[in-house]
Amino acid sequence: MFESPTIAQFLAVSNLASTAPATLLLAWTLVLVLVDLFAGEERSHWTPVLSCFGLGLSFIANLFVYSPAAGEQIALYGMFIADAFTGFLNMVILVATLIAVLMSWDYLKRAGIHRGEYYILALISSAGAMYMVAANDLIVIFVALELLSIPLYILSAFRSIKNDGSELALKSEESGMKYFILGAFSSAFLVFGAALVYGATGATNIPQIFSIAGGIVGGASAAAFYLLIGAALLLVGLGFKVAVVPFHMWTPDVYEGAPTPVTAFMSVTAKIAGFAALLRLLVTGLSVLVVAEGGAAAWQNTATIIAILTLVLGNFVAISQRSLKRMLAYSSIAHAGYIMVAVAAAGTAGAVNAATQGALVYMMAYMFTNLGAFAVVMAIEREDGSGGNIEDITGLARSRPLMAMAMTIFMLSLTGIPLTAGFLGKLMVFSSAIQAGLFGLAVIGVLTSVVSAFYYVRVVVNMYLRESSGALQPALDTPYVRLAINIALAGTLIFGIFYPLATNLVNMVSIA
Amino acid sequence: MDVTGLSLTTITLFTPMIGLAILLFMNGETHKANLKWVAFATSLVTFVASVVMWINFDPSSPGLQMVQRNTWAEVSLGDSVINVSYFVGVDGISMLLVLLTTFIMPISILGSFGSHIFEERGREKLYYIFLMLLEWSMIGVFVVHDLIIFYVFWEVTLVPMYFLIGIWGSEERIYAAVKFFLYTMAGSILMLIAILYVGNRSGTFSTYSAGGDVGVIERVQSWEGAGTYWDAVDPEADGDEAGFLFNSVESWLFLGFLVAFAIKVPIFPFHSWLPDAHVQAPTAGSVILAGVLLKMGTYGIVRFNLNLFPEATVAWAPTIAFLGVVGIIYGAWVSYAQDNVKKLVAYSSVSHLGFVVLGIFALNAQGLQGATLQMVNHGISTGGLFLIVGMLYERWHTKEMADYGGVWKAMPLFGAISLVISLSSMGLPGLNGFIGEFTILLGSLGSEFLGFAFTLIATLGVIMAAVYLLKMFQHVFMGELKKPLSSDDGYKLTWSEKAAFIPIIIMIFWIGIQPIVFFNLLDVSVDSIVALFVR
Repeated sequence: MFESPTIAQFLAVSNLASTAPATLLLAWTLVLVLVDLFAGEERSHWTPVLSCFGLGLSFIANLFVYSPAAGEQIALYGMFIADAFTGFLNMVILVATLIAVLMSWDYLKRAGIHRGEYYILALISSAGAMYMVAANDLIVIFVALELLSIPLYILSAFRSIKNDGSELALKSEESGMKYFILGAFSSAFLVFGAALVYGATGATNIPQIFSIAGGIVGGASAAAFYLLIGAALLLVGLGFKVAVVPFHMWTPDVYEGAPTPVTAFMSVTAKIAGFAALLRLLVTGLSVLVVAEGGAAAWQNTATIIAILTLVLGNFVAISQRSLKRMLAYSSIAHAGYIMVAVAAAGTAGAVNAATQGALVYMMAYMFTNLGAFAVVMAIEREDGSGGNIEDITGLARSRPLMAMAMTIFMLSLTGIPLTAGFLGKLMVFSSAIQAGLFGLAVIGVLTSVVSAFYYVRVVVNMYLRESSGALQPALDTPYVRLAINIALAGTLIFGIFYPLATNLVNMVSIA
Repeated sequence: MDVTGLSLTTITLFTPMIGLAILLFMNGETHKANLKWVAFATSLVTFVASVVMWINFDPSSPGLQMVQRNTWAEVSLGDSVINVSYFVGVDGISMLLVLLTTFIMPISILGSFGSHIFEERGREKLYYIFLMLLEWSMIGVFVVHDLIIFYVFWEVTLVPMYFLIGIWGSEERIYAAVKFFLYTMAGSILMLIAILYVGNRSGTFSTYSAGGDVGVIERVQSWEGAGTYWDAVDPEADGDEAGFLFNSVESWLFLGFLVAFAIKVPIFPFHSWLPDAHVQAPTAGSVILAGVLLKMGTYGIVRFNLNLFPEATVAWAPTIAFLGVVGIIYGAWVSYAQDNVKKLVAYSSVSHLGFVVLGIFALNAQGLQGATLQMVNHGISTGGLFLIVGMLYERWHTKEMADYGGVWKAMPLFGAISLVISLSSMGLPGLNGFIGEFTILLGSLGSEFLGFAFTLIATLGVIMAAVYLLKMFQHVFMGELKKPLSSDDGYKLTWSEKAAFIPIIIMIFWIGIQPIVFFNLLDVSVDSIVALFVR
């Protein structure tokens, strides 16, 4: 007969301790809800401060769980996998959330929308991202994706809680609405894909899918057909989350309309979580899906085409943007393309480790750099949302030399100039592409990064090379924003100069 | 295995960084007057360090000297890893170019001492920080023997140069700076792909062997299997011998490296960024650009293209040498047509570097030695010419030749110095330019890979150099003074201007009269390269 296990048994069997970083963070948000409820208006700063504390707690838990000695652990009855891959991305997500929280405080205050819920939602979203990078099961991927996305929909529309009918509030509402509808739509693709894969293999667990799919792929059975369609639909669903072409349409509008710290936050965490799930799904689960015996995975060509489209479109359209936020939105599409290069490279068996590690380092570099760039844009934006165009940054080098220097380094890092983290990311990604024999893709990748140099350099040109009529005074140059910029800058430079720090962190990562 | 322990090379390489650190912590307003002294002192110390290297350098020993190699990072490669290492050391060619860099640097800083650009644009601190960063990265390019770290230094040179042109340049500076940045980046990024391929397939990024690890160059050169090394590393990707130029891996890798270097040199037809960058750059920028930065390209060809891809080098030699010769004639022709002094000197670089390219692809000892020495000669004389143009501009605020005339009368010492430098650039026997060009022509004449016509046409270039340089000299320095300055003080050379010229003049005569000192430095290193091409 069925007997309910004791809590001790449950903990032992489920190995809940391995999920500590994500689970602690999620539990902490429940505490925060209560704190926020009872703290009252005059103690509204408690929520953000305690959020940072929770992030720190989760970070420490992460260090304990993912020590190099611990190796790979399976938790929650095979649904959750705690390995070096998870541990590394957890750290990236936590740092990203911390920087985003630091950015938000003064911004929300100024906009008159400072609410404790904001931080709680951000933390829930980041916990969702952490579950997603550890997902070992299609169901967990879906649940974690929703846990990640739903708070993001709300956060995108956060400005509209102050219903003053201003254009900013409207845009923010539009942004949230657009994101929600398209996000729900893409989730449907994901679920349908998962259902087909389940139908074909009878499993939702990714390693099980791998072992069963091996038997199906050879024959021309209906199961093989459904598996292929299912895999394609999963790719569509996750492709939407990471904003690769042709599933990118929502990105510029959503990024532009959402409050800037939210844009910064989601441009990083949603992408990291999406790519993590994509890598696990494709590499661990579906790498047996080969065209010919011993050849590259069947999805490699698709990934290559998506990568090329993303690189070309993202970089070329970014050139014509005048709004810095929109430019960064398109540039974030382009960067999804670079990570996609690594995903494509992972389709070749010999290059899996190199590609995975390349993708991880790229995501970390992108996290620091992109958050930093958004923080600078946020600092110069005025309260009414104006002042965020590319020519508005003119003269920053005179009024705020350090901020201009930081922005320059972020732009160089996004371009991929050495001594910045962005270069190390590109180096590892392209190295894996070469190893996989994808020369054409690598060449297109580097050539489009020359195109990207064109619009990134333009920002530097405006800051340093053009003289402004009046000195630019950043509207939101506060200690917390500066701290956020400095953390991002330190990350960009330290990982850009001391390669071993990054390469040693990912050296033990292997998900094949 | 690593060869650790601080080497002289490292000390020389990182001295500019010490200066940069000091500058960073100085207050740009209160210590304004001291900034230039810190930069100048640092560059002098770097020069002294490089001279100490020279003294310690043993020209008779092949291979790298003053080596240091520390494993830096490990990049995953399938089941194994490739090491990226901090690997520095010098052979004769590197040594000479390091000396050139550390020699040009204090001169160009001296050249900025009295400059008016700071009154207009300010930001002196940033200016000197960028100069230090530039010196560091340029020395790095010449001493590093790990492909990834080489690429790092190579690419980093772009950033300070971009700012030097963009912030302190003349009217069209933004266009010139952006063009310079994008153009050269587009070239070098293809080299990154080639570098990654070489590293991935050979399993190491080190070019030379050190401490038991076999470098790529040695792997290529001691390959004893069937075909060439590059045929063997990737048999699938390799095409047939019949279509070697466009069908083989080696040829594509050669081109991947070459495009980056050809743009930097610049080899015709990749030169279009150069006149813009040169003309718009501030004086120190032009001097460094002509003096050192362009040599990074020719150095790269010698170091990487020749050593790593000997078969492709032979196959491509006539084509590239032809482009070099076209560059000689084209550069000289266009130079002659200029009305703008600075543009004239800029195009003369295209012509002079054509000689260097011709010398390199002669693929024999004279050609390579001449080419390497000509790199130094061009650095000294064209650097000097840009100093002259800068000083003229400081006084008359125009670059149009038509506005000048009679400068010699007003400034006799300046006129005499300019004459010597112009003659050196023309290749007058007894001065440095002659030695380089003559040796190159000798080399190309004796080359097994190039025909007689190459030498013949190149010789025309020597004559044309005399034509355009004399034209410049005549327009600017001879005749009657067209535009007298408001005060007679303006005609005097300041002490810093004189001090900048002294070492240039000394070197012009020293290399011209006693070239053997410098050829000795090169002998062994050049021979080891030439040995690859003896049939």
